[in-house]
Amino acid sequence: MSYAEAQKKSVLWDWLTTVDHKKIGIMYLAAGAFFFTIGGIMALLMRAQLMFPNSSLIPAQTFNEILTMHGTIMIFLAAMPLLFGFMNYIVPLQIGARDVAFPFLNSLGFWLFLFGGIFVNLSWFLGGAPDAGWTSYVPLASHYSGIGLDFFVLGLQISGLGTLIGGINFLVTIINMRAPGMSMMRMPLFTWNTFVASILILFAFPALTVGYLLLMMDRIFGSNFFVVEMGGNVVIWQHLFWIFGHPEVYILALPAFGIFSEIIPTFSKKRIFGYTAMVFATMLIGFYGFMVWAHHMFTVGLGPVANSVFAIATMAIAVPTGIKIFNWLLTMWGGRIKMTTAMLCAAMFIPTFVMGGVTGVMLAVSAADYQFHDTYFVVAHFHYVIVGATVLGLFGGAFYWWPRMFGYTLNEKLGKAFIILFLIGFHLTFFVQHFLGLYGMPRRVASYLPGQGWDGMNLVSSSGAIFMAAGFLLFIINIFVSMKNKETTGDPWDGRTLEWTIPSPTPEYNFAQTPLVRDYDAFWYEKYQGDGKIKAAEPLGDIHMPNGSILPIIISFGLFVMAFGLVYHTWIVAGAGLLIVFGAMFVRSVKEDHGYHIPVEEITKDKGGK
Amino acid sequence: MADHGMDPSAPLTGEPSKNTKRKLRKEVKTQIIGFVLALFLTSISFISIASDAIPASFAIPFIFMLAVIQVVLQLYIFMHLNDRGNAWPNAMIWSAVVVAIPSVAALMLLLGITKW
Repeated sequence: MSYAEAQKKSVLWDWLTTVDHKKIGIMYLAAGAFFFTIGGIMALLMRAQLMFPNSSLIPAQTFNEILTMHGTIMIFLAAMPLLFGFMNYIVPLQIGARDVAFPFLNSLGFWLFLFGGIFVNLSWFLGGAPDAGWTSYVPLASHYSGIGLDFFVLGLQISGLGTLIGGINFLVTIINMRAPGMSMMRMPLFTWNTFVASILILFAFPALTVGYLLLMMDRIFGSNFFVVEMGGNVVIWQHLFWIFGHPEVYILALPAFGIFSEIIPTFSKKRIFGYTAMVFATMLIGFYGFMVWAHHMFTVGLGPVANSVFAIATMAIAVPTGIKIFNWLLTMWGGRIKMTTAMLCAAMFIPTFVMGGVTGVMLAVSAADYQFHDTYFVVAHFHYVIVGATVLGLFGGAFYWWPRMFGYTLNEKLGKAFIILFLIGFHLTFFVQHFLGLYGMPRRVASYLPGQGWDGMNLVSSSGAIFMAAGFLLFIINIFVSMKNKETTGDPWDGRTLEWTIPSPTPEYNFAQTPLVRDYDAFWYEKYQGDGKIKAAEPLGDIHMPNGSILPIIISFGLFVMAFGLVYHTWIVAGAGLLIVFGAMFVRSVKEDHGYHIPVEEITKDKGGK
Repeated sequence: MADHGMDPSAPLTGEPSKNTKRKLRKEVKTQIIGFVLALFLTSISFISIASDAIPASFAIPFIFMLAVIQVVLQLYIFMHLNDRGNAWPNAMIWSAVVVAIPSVAALMLLLGITKW
């Protein structure tokens, strides 16, 4: 394909076949936002049902389905893709690269996630959604649940494949494609956190894959991995799930920490405090993440020694996390703080997340956990950490990087109204849930009887949810209202890192010349020690770009068809799907694909005809 | 990427330098020692079981130990993990080992009949 041909594609075809990390990042964000909205509506429905005792707004079976899908969607189909969106868009820009290491695989990862996510959600229309909780403990999930669980286990395997591919891609990109001069210890912290989170993906997802594979075998092919009377073991599911599940929590939290580590120095006008300690703490959190999974299983009956070991290991995580919290505080201390919406998210993240951390240490006390386990106390805890870190991180990152990604700045007044409304709603909803849990309200109940001291707090909790929904609506409105605030400088926040050296809107080749990095906070260094412009590491020349491809969609669609065949035990459909997958892979292998070059004249034209 | 006018797959021409020759000799020596060690490890593991020289209870840990030594030997001598430019594969392999050993060991203990 030539440059002229590459430019001629229609908009739709361009987006379907794109291998550009920026477009894939935006598609991740769009798909993630779509699923986030669905998951949010489910949360609203659940809070509406629980607003009053003995309510019969939603039947118990439907409540179970909504509850399961809320968790599944929010973790696998909203939080992770939204974070992947930022990683995809920002990491190559921060390390001075033109794309990720494997652009084709990047696109494949996205389409696998999307088809897997759609597949799980199709269960709503085809016989009922999964209803065994996002953890789907066996034997409930293997022998007492309907067809929804088949959709769950197959859809999540497909989207998990996409996540694994994405994680490996980020690892290779960060290791191999850093600009000259950018050593590991000069990398921006968002990139560092992405790197460690990708290692966690690489090591943790195989455990989930094995778990889902065994569950699929039991459900669809009649094996006996989780059938006790046939010599199976049900506890092994919980181990496999949580060996994945605990690192997963850090896969969600670490990139958000990275986003805050970008926002706080930028708006405090100070270099991050304790960069080396931050990197070390990130790695330590990543390592501990694998050593604590059994704290989700204290009440299974592992025995006192096992419980104590895992309790102590869990408490140890508070140390590196504390290092990070203090480093953020000390970055702000004495800085010239500018309270933009992004900074407000970061500032509010600290107290919110610390509250979640404190209840986390409480839950780590294994003896006390017998009291807390499976109550609303746990629900309050994990919403405080996940909304406090991941969701605030995503919103903060959206306000911070929006001008970079979409070429316009979000309205600050509306933004502040949104974040304040959202936070009021959040604390109203979840703070009282701590006490609901301590008063004994179990989680995952579809209804409850009056007169147990839960009525008032449930009402408060449900009304808080309305504030959160209203806040989110303001955010959506903001996206459309702000479209006129065009941003043309490329550096609206007086940024510190390489992504702000690019003109706005971002050209498809990112950097006309690969930048030369001379210090940590490369752009800031050039602003104060150099002439304010980043040095180039290569002469201006033609830029080699990869060709777009429709094959990722075809491969993902093939797996989608195969999954249908497996759910309905029609092996011919499953075989046809597999044939599509391997056919597309074969075409990919034999077809020569050399990409194309953007001629140097086009690049100088973009730069203003220098 | 800039083209430097060199084909990296072209055959080498000319005589190797003295330094290169010395390195090559050293490499040959390491490879031979590694090969002999690999043979030795394989044969003791076979002989120890075939001749009933070690008690049955110790057989599995013993074989396992030899296998671990064998894997490390293979990775470093024949897969060139100790060569320059292999820091990343090393880092990733060893961090995987550091994560996997405690996880698998703990899992095996926790799944047993004994309650700890």
